[in-house]
Amino acid sequence: MSAISTGGRPRKSKLGWNLLGLLVFLTAGFPVYWMLNTAIKPAKDTIDPDPSLFPTGFTLANFRRALAIADFWGPVGRSLIVSLSVVVIGMVVGLLAALAISRFAFRGRKVVIVGILAVQMVPLVAMIIPVFLLLNDLEQYDKLSGLIITYLTFILPFTVWTLRGFIVNIPRELEEAAMVDGCSRTGAFIRVVFPLLAPGMVATSVYAFIQAWNEYIYALMLLSQQHQTATVWLGNFTTKHGTEYAPMMAGATMMAVPIVALFLLVQRKMAAGLTAGAVKG
Amino acid sequence: MSAADTTTPAKVPPPRPAPPSPPSAPNAPRRGRISGGAATPWLLLAPCLLILALVMGYPMVRLVTLSFQKFGQSQLWGFQPAEWVGFANFTGVLSDTTFWQVVLRTILFAAGSVIFTMVLGMLVALLLQRVSGWVKTMVNIVLVASWGMPIIVATTVFKWLFDSDYGILNALLSKLPGVELIGHNWFASGPQGLAVIMLLVVWGAVPFVVITLSAGLTQVPAELEEAARLDGAGSWGVFRYVTLPILKPIIVMLTTLSVIWDMGVFPQVFVMRDGHPEDEFQLLTTYSYDRAFQVNDYAQGSAIALITVLLLLGVVAVYMRQMLKIGEVE
Repeated sequence: MSAISTGGRPRKSKLGWNLLGLLVFLTAGFPVYWMLNTAIKPAKDTIDPDPSLFPTGFTLANFRRALAIADFWGPVGRSLIVSLSVVVIGMVVGLLAALAISRFAFRGRKVVIVGILAVQMVPLVAMIIPVFLLLNDLEQYDKLSGLIITYLTFILPFTVWTLRGFIVNIPRELEEAAMVDGCSRTGAFIRVVFPLLAPGMVATSVYAFIQAWNEYIYALMLLSQQHQTATVWLGNFTTKHGTEYAPMMAGATMMAVPIVALFLLVQRKMAAGLTAGAVKG
Repeated sequence: MSAADTTTPAKVPPPRPAPPSPPSAPNAPRRGRISGGAATPWLLLAPCLLILALVMGYPMVRLVTLSFQKFGQSQLWGFQPAEWVGFANFTGVLSDTTFWQVVLRTILFAAGSVIFTMVLGMLVALLLQRVSGWVKTMVNIVLVASWGMPIIVATTVFKWLFDSDYGILNALLSKLPGVELIGHNWFASGPQGLAVIMLLVVWGAVPFVVITLSAGLTQVPAELEEAARLDGAGSWGVFRYVTLPILKPIIVMLTTLSVIWDMGVFPQVFVMRDGHPEDEFQLLTTYSYDRAFQVNDYAQGSAIALITVLLLLGVVAVYMRQMLKIGEVE
């Protein structure tokens, strides 16, 4: 335990830590590996009481079965419509609000910030009943628009807060310089701030997209069976006759791979934004 | 850190909404560009506040009023008006022993998940400082991949891992001498089943903690650790008296966030139990849902949800105070 990072003689002692690191790698990665492995191996090998830890073959039959078991592209299309609408609305509305709280000094600003933070903390599950009744009253039950507006409640606080973080990191002086040179405030924003903000905006939109795409409870509650979204679609593999695991893992793979890929792309940017400034006491 | 996840996010092609059509140009500046004019920020905030008021504020109020009403199926279809019943729903809920069992179970479940998440997260973050670069990259990729897994997918995968007949876990454990678990149903008993669900929650939550703590650890000044070591502190001493105090703001934030998330666990239980969690599996969230949508007592369901939110208020307060303290909210 001691003498680890004492700089001088690390070679030997690193081995133990590396082995431990590999153990973490294997344990943490196993569920993902097992999903992929089950998805690609022949279905008959999945119901082997003594399963092999390694792939026993390669087949796409499970994917074919997964696509056939229930309409796949319908749910995916609906999920895309919902998630993209949420992202577009959330980013436009969120950017405006983020600008207001990061670039303007006004009375009530702190209340708004605390309010937005607090809204983010309300557990969504607790709101199912009233949201369900509200949409029922507005005749938005079983409509994609109802789901979109519901998702905005958790996407908006998040986008406002994250974009605020990115905007605050852009020096105000840049904008002021542009304004001294004759830009209007809007002009300064479009020409100076916006280009600097774009990467952060892309990361935020991708992240918001993932969150909207992954949501399950509201999608299940607010849409009927024939309007189900992609996350709910995964439930189709379990019937009262049991669960078809091999196609289900193929379905899970199809759901997870694009999302994980997107996530890998934006993760670092987002993690940096989440913790920026948290340490400097 | 790793090369794989350093790729500049600027090149991400996918959903790229709201291109150069940013702030509603018309009503913005004109006068008082320095002070900004009192109305401008409110105009910018208006759409956001409107949406939040409609889909968050109103339901929140409705949640409170509902829990003081009698609201069942006939009220839902509009055959009968909702009737005010005072505290009847609360007395009904609070005098029910099942409810108290559910509260206790939820608190134990959340506490266990948070403690395991934080301890494991801290250990892995510290470990990552000591391993070689390539190990670190590998672990990071796996962590980000499992962090990015949709909860529903993760839940389905765990269901498969723990399947009684063909699950890999039972097969592997049975290889140990003296262990015979083939055919063992992990979900036959509540505590065991919830332990599996806790494992799923922890597995999904650790990556965020590790990555956040790792970022925090890089900001711990090496000179401070060096100085402590010269003064004779061992590894534990350095950690306890140098690293931990510096990381405290992050730890408080992560812990409060974890408490809020883990008290709100829903899809994991719901999907694991095929949409009908048995009594032994009910947590406050599923119990409230059950009351509302299975028993059709929306009022009592709301009362339970409201109690859950009230239970969490203390934690939220700690979180907010921390955010205010570290100056994130100037």
